[in-house]
Amino acid sequence: MDSALIPKGVKRCPLPQFLGGLAVAGVVLLWGVYAILLIWIKGLHVTGMNDYYGFALWIWADLAVIALGGGAFFTGFLRYIVGKDEIKNIINFAVTIGVICYISALLILAIDVGQPLTRAWHIFWHANVHSMLTEVAFCLSAYLVVLIIEYIPLVLENRQIDKVPFFHHLSHNMHEVMAVFAATGVFLSCFHQGSLGGVAGVMFGRPFAFREHLFIWPWTFFLFTWSAAAYGPCFTIFLAKLTEKITGKRLIKDNVYDLLAKISGWMILTYIIAKIADTWYWAAVTLPSQGHTLMDFYSNNAFYGIWILVAEIGVCGILPALILVTKKGRSSSTLIWTAVILGCIGVCLNRWVMILQTMAVPSIPFDSWQLYMPTWPEVATTILPVAFGVIVVMISYRYLPIFPQEQELNPIEP
Amino acid sequence: MFPFVFEWVWDLGHLVFMGGLWYALTIVGLGMTYCIIKSAIDASKEAAGDHDH
Repeated sequence: MDSALIPKGVKRCPLPQFLGGLAVAGVVLLWGVYAILLIWIKGLHVTGMNDYYGFALWIWADLAVIALGGGAFFTGFLRYIVGKDEIKNIINFAVTIGVICYISALLILAIDVGQPLTRAWHIFWHANVHSMLTEVAFCLSAYLVVLIIEYIPLVLENRQIDKVPFFHHLSHNMHEVMAVFAATGVFLSCFHQGSLGGVAGVMFGRPFAFREHLFIWPWTFFLFTWSAAAYGPCFTIFLAKLTEKITGKRLIKDNVYDLLAKISGWMILTYIIAKIADTWYWAAVTLPSQGHTLMDFYSNNAFYGIWILVAEIGVCGILPALILVTKKGRSSSTLIWTAVILGCIGVCLNRWVMILQTMAVPSIPFDSWQLYMPTWPEVATTILPVAFGVIVVMISYRYLPIFPQEQELNPIEP
Repeated sequence: MFPFVFEWVWDLGHLVFMGGLWYALTIVGLGMTYCIIKSAIDASKEAAGDHDH
């Protein structure tokens, strides 16, 4: 029924099966929408947030999807600025994932603001130029515009839309100047990824998050940008491989995966060395100067033990890096799956501790550890982006040429 | 956000911060304007070419 919309030379599942899949994801999406309405109508008291937790599950999810969506700006950087031509075969998918992640991030912020129509524009109109969060809001919004611009040519390449001469030329002309948009995206990404780290690093009243500075930027500014560039491609590879598993097809050639995985591996390795140096300096110099020891932040509570530091740096940092930088590691299917999954968990864990553990640690001497439990509306609105992402990927995969090598890798028998 | 909004101050912070934002938005805006105008010209040239033949 919709065969005229499907790209030429590729095979797709029957329409009823596709609609069935959409319906399943749609139910989860509607559950999230119901939770959003509940939060907007009843207010933030339906969440588990309190005076201790002004930042909670949403802000973690926000930072996590922004880091995982970093694959879009980093593949854009590799393709258009460094000139790695092979990346063109995965960049469409990376941009699609980036669009999903950044729409999700802004949606989560709109929920967290509580009154999006009456308050959200204040951060733009009455900008506080000394605030890291203002920088985040500016760069995040502008980068979403860039990502949508990068996604538009893909939509215009749909078989039916491409028949309209104006859209055909628009797609072509946008490709011609895409390097300019990609460079702008890299500029904006570096600043918003960094500023998200900066938000934590400048909090001198929260010794768990506070870091020393270079000019106005704490080390977390650079570590967040670096980690997003390092782990973002892991998420792109993970989702591309997951799409291959679900569709039962090869969609991207091995040399493309190999190149991106190798670059990601070296980025993770260099990042994790910097992270270890940062952690050591924080533990050995910064904390003692404030009257703390490392174990003040990893003991006397039910959840945050030293295991979380070992998991973040060792299991989900050093291990995936070592797998991805070695040829043997990249050529093993099991190992590459392990590495990209651990990488994604690692960056999410980093964002978790920088938000939630920072809030949990007692900040005054007579206070105690405060653990936090999200309510179901928070969980539903955090799962909503997953359902939204599934729907966008399903529609994009069915109707748009997001995998340029698919036809070559899966020739249709005449 | 703009020099005509009451809290605007002509200092380095405002110039760098807001300058960066407007610089990025200008590039994106000019880039898209160029693409749209060029596509309209290309499409009209193509249509005129079809009429000639």
